[in-house]
Amino acid sequence: MTGPTGDVAPLKVLIVDDEEPARAILRRHLEALPGVRVAGECGDGFEAVRAATALSPDVVFLDIEMPKLDGFEVLELLDRSIAPVFVTAYDEHAVRAFEVAAVDYVLKPFAAERIALAVDRARARRAAGTSVSPEGLKAAVRPAATPLARIVVRDGSRVHVIPADRLDAAEAQDDYVALKTEGRTYLKQQTLTSLAAALDPARFVRVHRSHLLRLDALARLEPLGAGSHVAVLADGSRVPVSREGYARLREKLG
Amino acid sequence: MHPILAHRGRLLPYLAACAPLIAILTALFARPGALFLGEAIALAVPLTLAYAFMGLSAWYPCRQFPLNRSRLLPLVLTHAAAAGLLSATWVGFAALLAGALGLLPVFTGLQARFGTQAIALFASGVLLYLLAAALNYVLLALEAASEAERREAELAILAREAELAVLKAQIRPHFLFNSLNSIASLAATDPPRAEQMCVRLGEFLRRSLALGEKKSISVGEEIELSRAYLAVEALRYGSRLEVEEDLDERGQRCLVPPLLLQPLVENAVRHGIATRVEGGTLRVGVACGAGRLRILIENPLDPEGPARPGGGRGLANVRQRLAARYGEDALFAAKRLADRYLVVISVPAELPA
Repeated sequence: MTGPTGDVAPLKVLIVDDEEPARAILRRHLEALPGVRVAGECGDGFEAVRAATALSPDVVFLDIEMPKLDGFEVLELLDRSIAPVFVTAYDEHAVRAFEVAAVDYVLKPFAAERIALAVDRARARRAAGTSVSPEGLKAAVRPAATPLARIVVRDGSRVHVIPADRLDAAEAQDDYVALKTEGRTYLKQQTLTSLAAALDPARFVRVHRSHLLRLDALARLEPLGAGSHVAVLADGSRVPVSREGYARLREKLG
Repeated sequence: MHPILAHRGRLLPYLAACAPLIAILTALFARPGALFLGEAIALAVPLTLAYAFMGLSAWYPCRQFPLNRSRLLPLVLTHAAAAGLLSATWVGFAALLAGALGLLPVFTGLQARFGTQAIALFASGVLLYLLAAALNYVLLALEAASEAERREAELAILAREAELAVLKAQIRPHFLFNSLNSIASLAATDPPRAEQMCVRLGEFLRRSLALGEKKSISVGEEIELSRAYLAVEALRYGSRLEVEEDLDERGQRCLVPPLLLQPLVENAVRHGIATRVEGGTLRVGVACGAGRLRILIENPLDPEGPARPGGGRGLANVRQRLAARYGEDALFAAKRLADRYLVVISVPAELPA
């Protein structure tokens, strides 16, 4: 990206905040910096994911509490090459922000110099070629000890939100998990193990190395010989159950 | 453990109070035709001391059968049995003591002479038991009174803590920081609006701080505070935040604990209106009739939006303070419907004198 001495491609920035005055001051400080171009502004989480897909910015300045998706959920759906900078008045989120290896974390209200520093850090990160760590992201997208309440999935520039209590089953498929909900299937780049760890263990059971299901969605179990079974869900779909998975299931069902 | 034995400072005064009993018992033994004075003293001192400790055991039947909450027959039977048992033990102990003392040359013949005193001693034992039971009932009553006092003080502290928590939560740092950020933004682009926002924020803070001292304020004052707050939020959220009020005049004059509405209005904005891209209308209703004050707060929300932390705390605090002030007479209902949130409060209408 770096051209001959001094000639650096402008840093493309996306601003995401649901309050208009907050976006305005951020834009003013950013546009005053040399080599920075504000590519767009968004007022909610869905719009942010769409704009990031369309504009592929280098840096996104992200508020945390917003309509549709919160800042952490947006980050989960963004391309890993985009450097996130959180901008918020909520400093209790700071620890999580650093766990996701955000470039920076700026507290409102902020000074112009603070924004300049965040931009410098983002440039340094881009030069070094490091990106958000997926492991850190997974740890941070929800507060510790709280089961996942909803799963966000990106399909091109569209975002789907699946409430955890409507996720019927999930299946590992290479680097993805296929999420089954209300007769439809969505693909998300995640491992089944990390998804299983985030879901409420009282309601979801890993019934097979590459399958998990929600207990409430289970209609009946059919034996398949040699200790293995098949689970039939309320919507009629069938999920293989291994010998170990059957034991776990029996334990949960009491 | 018995309260007299549990506190070292109480044992000596208790034993000292038993001293007159030595004199009484001596006089009983030294009646004409009974024992010699020396014998009477030699028996009375150890017997009184022994009974001082034995009498403490009346504590257990007394605790088991409180005077005001026990049926008469079991109470009398239990104490009669305890008195008989204790006195018989005491007389037995006295007989052994008299036998032992009788071996000494000075007290020759004491054992035989004591035999004539056994019945009088048993009767004294029963009377002393009644005295001990009375003393134990007094101790129990004192203990219950100090326990009630302690519990009352604890409740007062809890109520005060709930008040302080709401005052502290009142000026939420998030709200302040976000408002300051908006002012910083408007300062360059729209100075008159920045100025307006400073004034409104100042008004809100001044009103909030002034409320801390009061036990009651009128609903009207509470509404004024909410308006100052909403005016600041309106500058942040722009056209996304609309407010509709439906207030009756009598309702506004009613007295309520301060900061009853404010946390609910803040919740309605933060967990409701702010979760919607298009915002929405916050409705506040106040009505007074049939001796009741009714308050209603309603806001739309995005049923599929991300949950924001901290909403339950404000509701719990309001519920707690209503219960502290009105007890069973307060009705508080918070309900999440498909796409909106509804809070209803009904309390006895309290109009200023």
